[in-house]
Order: sequence, then C-alpha cells, then structure tokens
Amino acid sequence: MSNLAILPIIIPLIAAIVLIFFNKSVHISRALAKLFSIISLGTAGYITWYVLEHGSVILETGDWIAPYGIVLVMDGLAAILVLTTNVITTACAFYAPHAGLEKRERFYFYPFFFFLITGVSGAFITGDLFNLFVFFEVLLMASYGLIVLGGGKVQLRESLKYLLINLFSSMLFVTTVAFLYAVVGTVNMAQIAERVQEVEQQGIITTIGILLFFVFATKAALFPLYYWLPKSYIVPNPVISALFGALLTKVGIYSILRVFSLIFVHRTDLTHEMFIWIAGLSMIFGVIGALSTSNIKLIIAYNIIPAIGFILLGIGVLNESGISGSIYYLVNDMIIKTALFLLVGIISYVAGTSDLRKMGGLIHYYPSLGWLLFLSAAVLAGLPPFSGFIGKLLLLKGAFEQGEIAIVIIGLLTSLLILYSIVKIFINGFWGDKETMGNIEKKPIKGLLTPVAALLALAVLLGVGAELFYPSIESIAAYLLDPEIYIDSVLKE
Amino acid sequence: MEIITSILAGILFATAIYNMLQKQLLRIVIGTALLSHGAHILIFTMGRLKTGQPPILIDGIESYTDPLPQALILTSIVISFGVTSLLLVLAYRSTQENGTDNMEQLRGNENE
Repeated sequence: MSNLAILPIIIPLIAAIVLIFFNKSVHISRALAKLFSIISLGTAGYITWYVLEHGSVILETGDWIAPYGIVLVMDGLAAILVLTTNVITTACAFYAPHAGLEKRERFYFYPFFFFLITGVSGAFITGDLFNLFVFFEVLLMASYGLIVLGGGKVQLRESLKYLLINLFSSMLFVTTVAFLYAVVGTVNMAQIAERVQEVEQQGIITTIGILLFFVFATKAALFPLYYWLPKSYIVPNPVISALFGALLTKVGIYSILRVFSLIFVHRTDLTHEMFIWIAGLSMIFGVIGALSTSNIKLIIAYNIIPAIGFILLGIGVLNESGISGSIYYLVNDMIIKTALFLLVGIISYVAGTSDLRKMGGLIHYYPSLGWLLFLSAAVLAGLPPFSGFIGKLLLLKGAFEQGEIAIVIIGLLTSLLILYSIVKIFINGFWGDKETMGNIEKKPIKGLLTPVAALLALAVLLGVGAELFYPSIESIAAYLLDPEIYIDSVLKE
Repeated sequence: MEIITSILAGILFATAIYNMLQKQLLRIVIGTALLSHGAHILIFTMGRLKTGQPPILIDGIESYTDPLPQALILTSIVISFGVTSLLLVLAYRSTQENGTDNMEQLRGNENE
C-alpha cells in the first residue's frame, strides 16, 4: 500500500499534462479539470482515512532504503492537509468557469493550476529537506505563471517583485540546506532529527534552524517579512488569489511546523520563545494593515498575516493543545480564506469596483451574497460555534498553559479587530439605500456562489461537529510532539 | 582549495546583493543570477572537495567523492536557469508595458 503516498502528486501532474493538449477548447478543459479534481479529492479522502486508521504510509522511491534515497512520508498531518488542499482545488475548479477567465483559460490556466497543486501536495508529503526545496520551486514556478497570466500593466509590475523576493528566499534555502548538509551530513529529515538529537542541538545547529525559519517565514509572510504579500496577491484573478491565499503561505507555515516540531526541538528557550513574539507582532501588524485600507481585496489579503501569526503561536508554545490548535486553525484558515477571496471576487465583479467608498446597498440586489459574507466574517473572527472558535480556543488554552498571558490578550483583541475589518465590507458595501450605486444591472452569480456556499458549509461543519474531528487532530498533535515516532517509522522498518 | 571556493562564494554573494539593491531592472536580474551561482559554489564547498576520486562507496575504500552535493547543484542549476530566463522575459515585458525600468517608479498606489 506504500504507493498510496505518491498518488496526490501523480494525479494532478497527469491532469496538468493532459490539459496542456486541450488548451484551445475551453469546454473540454473545464470538464476535464472538474473530473480530475474530483478524482484527486476522492483519492485524498481515501488516503486520509487509511492513514488515520492504519498509521503513516512511507514510500521509499525506487526501493532505495530510507536515509540514502528519497522518501515520501504520508503521516496524519500531511494527509489532512492534502485533503484540505484537494477540497479547495475542487471548489476553485467549479468556480473558475464562471469567473470570466475565458481568454486566460486558453492560455494554459488549468495546467498551471494543476502544477501548483502538484507542488503543494509534494511539499506536504516529502520527507527530505532538499525535496522540500524542489517542490517549493514547482509550486512557485506555477504561481509565477498564474500571477502574470493576463499580462496587465499592474500585474507585470507586482509579479516582478513577487518573483524577486521568492527567488532570493529560495537561494537562501539552498544555502541553508548546504550548511546543514555540511554539519549533519544528510538531507533526510528523520536522519537530521536523529543526529541533531545526538549532539543535543549545539550552537551552529540552532543558527541553521533560525536561518531556515527566516526562509520559511518569508514564504509564510510572518511579521518583518510580509510586505511583499498584500499587493501581489490581489493583482491576479480572484480564483488565483484564492488559491494563493489558501495554499502558498500555508506551505511555509507547514514547513515551520514540521521542522520545529521534529528537528530543532532541543533549545526551545531560544527559538520557540522568539516565535511567540513574532506571532504577536504578525497579528498586530497584519490587522493594522487590514484596517488601513478601503480596497476589499487588500483587506482580505492583509487578513492572511494575523492568521499565520495564530498558527505560529501554537508552534511557539509547543504543547498538545497549542499544536492541535495550530492544526485545527490551519485547516480552518485554508478553507475560509478561499471562501473569502472568492466572495470579494464576486463582490467586486457585481459592484464593478473594489473600492469600498464607491459601494453601498448591495444587499437589495444580492441578499444571499451578503449573508454568506457575514457568515464567513463570523467564522474568520472565531465566533462560537464556528470552526475558527475551536482553533483559537485551543491555541489560547495552549498559551495559558505556558503562562503567556500577554499573547492571549493580543490574540483576543486582534480577533475583534479582524471581525471589524470584515464587517466593514458588510456595512459599507451592503447596507445603505438602494440608490447609493445608481441603478446597477443584476448579474447572474449562482454558478459563482455555489462553490463558496459549499466551502462555508464545510467550515461550519468543522466547528459544529468539532467532536467528530477533534480526536484525530489531537492524536496528530500527540504524534508531532514525539519526534521518535516519525524517526522510527522512517528509518527502521 | 575549500578556502578559495568559500571566498569566491562570498564575493559572488556580495556582488549579487550590491546589484540587487540597484534601481535598474537589468542589474537586479544580473544580481539574482550571481546569487544563485554563489549558492551553488557554496553547496559544492560544503560537500568537501576532492580531486580525481570516484563517487562510489565500496567497503574498504576511504577516499571517495560525495555524489549528493553534485546532485543537489544539478537540480538547483536547472531551477535557477529557468527562473532567470523567466525573469528576463518578465523584466522586458514589464519595461515595455510600464515605460520604465526604474524600480522607484514601479511602486504603484493602492486602488488600482
């Protein structure tokens, strides 16, 4: 059964290659994209069930034994993240045909889309630090393609900055891997963990760990390194923004979670203490950004930063409630960010502008759109009983157990401000007289709303049915806190 | 030999950073190319340099070249080659569309 581990990489790869041949006929490529995303979702669902039931699936590619060859490790964490990724992919594949992309669909939108998924799944599954770099590059290459698709003036300008910052951090990543290789003599994550344990993480290894943290923090857009994110995420089409917002930064934070719960766990007084402060600063500065602007797309883009801060907080406290809170919040945030980006895409499509000051009274024309936005604001800010609440509760409980009271207060205040920043869209855009915007023409948005509604239903289910999901999340957290299990399962079979 | 290659990597990094901090787009592209060269040479140095040894490990042989850094560099070179060519095309198109190659003027404002 070990071949299961490679399926989430292979299926989108095949989909991308097949779709290259159908780029001229939009109808066929739409149908194929939907078909492949559903197949991939089904496979990911089966794998998640299998992993949670029977334990990690490990594939030693080409039968090279673990520390020498490339290994793919499908453990509980990787499995649920791959599943969430595929849920988002399916929603986006059903949204894209209605999003007015026609011209871009002919210019290889779907192949790039599936290459992106290949990279993201690969980064979640790989058990090898250098392969993590390679899959990062795969997903970045696809994202360069997607961000520049359409080739407008603004798009070209912003994608240039996006490309440069990512190129720089990639090269820093390679350099760090080289340093780590020189010190421990391996790139297999399990073996690195074993050797770091043997020398009890002395000086140089902690330095390498922090360097690695900076690389991942750039990709995840944490406090001092987030300035590139908001502008470059709003220039492409809403579908593409949704994919970026949901997946790219999350791969960065996933890498931090993996590396700092498996390898660099022996000097928590240095590294993990720093994480808690960076988490707090990310929350504050992200939410200030969200409040500072009246561009609805920018509001959502800035909201990514405090969410990443919340996830990092759980990694910083490194206890069971903290880590399970991080995982819960990670899954919740991937779903809700996609929904929000798609929603503001619809709003700016029907209003013809993304400037809040020029909107008003949309609720008279599009009531369902308004209520979906309101619901997603509640989920994002973490009002009970929605899924954001469960994640935040666990995170703050973890911080309390560690005695970090200041961060709890910052977290709670930030949540209120996040709620305000989204409700601002609701107040300015949807309230008010019918005539505020003049008589606007009613556009059909049913095809656009259905995938978003499905995503939100899932987010609500994650919150209301928390008792169903919590046991598996808790067992994954317990598994992450004991690196021995990972090391044993990869190295000694 | 390791000392010399380390110094070379350092010089490459320094010139790369200097070039990347310029305002002209083409200089920045050259800077990124130099940066990736620096990173590759660094990986090479980190894998320890040896002359004329086979990259094979058989029991009893003490001296051998480590094949892993070379595999890493090969992958990394291919990636940086692809990114550099994409960056050149992108810089060209961006200059044409925006009518300038000065990063100072490519900043943009909020509501576009």
